Amino acid sequence: MKAGPITQFLTEDKGGQRLLLVILALSIYMPLAHLLLPSDSMFYVSSYTLTLWGKYLCYGMLALAVDLVWGYCGILSLGHGAFFALGGYGMGMYLMRQIGDRGVYGDPVLPDFMVFLSYEKLPWFWLGMDMFWFAMIMAVLVPGLLAFVFGWLAFRSRVTGVYLSIITQALTFSLMLAFFRNEMGFGGNNGLTDFRDILGFSLQSSGVRAALFFASGLLLIIAYLVCRYIVNSRLGRTMVAVRDAESRTRFLGYRVEWVKTFAFVASAMIAAIAGILYVPQVGIINPSEFSPIQSIEIIVWVAVGGRGTLYGAVLGAIVVNYLKTWFTSHYPDMWLFFLGALFVVTTLFMPKGLVGVWGQVKDYIAIRRGYQKPGDGTASQGGA
Amino acid sequence: MKPKHIEKDVVLYVDGVSVSFDGFKALNNLSLILNRGEMRAIIGPNGAGKTTMMDVITGKTRPDEGVVEFDGSIDLTKHDEAQIANLGIGRKFQKPSVIETLTVYENLELAITGQRGNWANLFFKRSAAQSQRIDELLALVRLQDQPDTVAGSLSHGQKQWLEIGMLLAQEPKVLLIDEPAAGMTDAETERTAELFKELAQHYSLVVVEHDMTFIRALNCKVTVLHEGSVLAEGTLDQVQKNQKVIDVYLGR
Ligand SMILES: Nc1ncnc2c1ncn2[C@@H]1O[C@H](COP(=O)(O)OP(=O)(O)OP(=O)(O)O)[C@@H](O)[C@H]1O
Ligand SMILES: [Mg+2]
Repeated sequence: MKAGPITQFLTEDKGGQRLLLVILALSIYMPLAHLLLPSDSMFYVSSYTLTLWGKYLCYGMLALAVDLVWGYCGILSLGHGAFFALGGYGMGMYLMRQIGDRGVYGDPVLPDFMVFLSYEKLPWFWLGMDMFWFAMIMAVLVPGLLAFVFGWLAFRSRVTGVYLSIITQALTFSLMLAFFRNEMGFGGNNGLTDFRDILGFSLQSSGVRAALFFASGLLLIIAYLVCRYIVNSRLGRTMVAVRDAESRTRFLGYRVEWVKTFAFVASAMIAAIAGILYVPQVGIINPSEFSPIQSIEIIVWVAVGGRGTLYGAVLGAIVVNYLKTWFTSHYPDMWLFFLGALFVVTTLFMPKGLVGVWGQVKDYIAIRRGYQKPGDGTASQGGA
Repeated sequence: MKPKHIEKDVVLYVDGVSVSFDGFKALNNLSLILNRGEMRAIIGPNGAGKTTMMDVITGKTRPDEGVVEFDGSIDLTKHDEAQIANLGIGRKFQKPSVIETLTVYENLELAITGQRGNWANLFFKRSAAQSQRIDELLALVRLQDQPDTVAGSLSHGQKQWLEIGMLLAQEPKVLLIDEPAAGMTDAETERTAELFKELAQHYSLVVVEHDMTFIRALNCKVTVLHEGSVLAEGTLDQVQKNQKVIDVYLGR
């Protein structure tokens, strides 16, 4: 019979356990290999590779966030890049203030772009962002609050399906336009960059790179466990009920708008954390992160990996971005075509994504042999 | 205004309710009074407004005019679906609607009465009483052997039963049941009628059904709807002799 969320993770989530083990191994091995091995060793991990994989881990966390809200609650958000970017801007603001008087203009308080745009003093929303703890709280709270207000308004008015997807696109698009403007006070179209230190340590140093990578792996694991707890709880099953039979769920006495708002806010905050970790590793945050296409790509990652499984989403993000790295260095113009093709192939031939392929093969063999289990192997938990 | 003296015996009070969809009157000055502990059968041709009436009572559709009151003086037109469900009105849909991707057990656990807020739901643990109640319900709807079966792979009749189980798990005061016997075998239909007669001892029920054998087995007062209003009311025998009813429904 139904066990609690934790027992259920231990006994049923084999895919998740395997994924977490791999991520744990990577987060220990890669930083150590980077720090300790000589650079001519076969097992050495260069700072380029470390940063690249650190980025993949952040994307994995972002995909996880989207799977929570789309895979389990049926909310197809095409604007999650916005929460990721806002988290990133929060971190970027902190990193800008860490530069201090070492900027080109040498102003002790104002970042270079503000001096350049002849700001007299720091805009109010930059105050306190020189304190790490405060900046981190804001970087998670602000996207969470935005998701709360946006979600509550949309879900209370029962905006669903395509309409909801469209307004999430509009959300990220309008944020992009806003952040492009110099008057917004976020560095306009150049964004925030030329970072130097984090917590007083140089971002260029091996130690900091290794630590950031480790932190990304660790937080991805924690985020996974939190998401798994949520989807294994009765709230998670209510989310599935909302996804598959929204109206029915209301008649069971659940406030669907609150269930959706919860999923949306939790997801936005996880996306923001991914953005926070992403920015110091890539060294820049600019308004292009808000562009609608970025948010659509996340959906492709999740679909390719396997929607509604959590571990599939993380896997999808890593695989697709690995391919993207390869494509953009060999055939940069072809990437979007390939991405589109990948999405079509997935929807047509792998409805359960990469993680469902093995099950599909087994079912196929079973059918060829002329029998099938009663209830059939496709009725796995979380399904489409 | 309804007369004061009947108030304490009436659990559901529907008076003068009209609903129109794009000018088409699905309900036309409909009135219905359900007493506490009463079972009532509703019959009527397709499109008579039976399902729409349930939509109005459960908050899915807002009436254009009319009074819908529950349990004394709660104005149902001022509440939404979730609130009405929590007030104690449970509903079984015409089309069986269980959560197909969840198991039988999970469906019942979702329906079991208790806190519905997000935090309570996130940290929900079944109490001993809730576990026991779910087991009882599993036995009652004869699904005790397949608690872990995904609801989507149950037979049509079993889904109907699971949904009845979910309805009872909510511990409502009034049960609104839309075409429970549809898709059931004769044996299942008979058992369902037995079950309802048993339920009538503890709950107030409104049962919509086309199957006359089933209605006869329920042995309760019958209301005939036609074009959104009440055409006749009485025992099944009285209703079946009514010329208007024969003309629009039974005679065809
Ligand atoms: N949302 C809606 N929009 C437009 N018309 C509707 C809507 N809901 C119901 N109707 C119409 O209202 C009328 C009454 O429908 P209702 O479903 O209540 O009938 P019913 O008595 O339940 O019939 P059946 O026995 O077929 O279930 C029908 O003509 C139907 O087409
Ligand atoms: Mg109907």
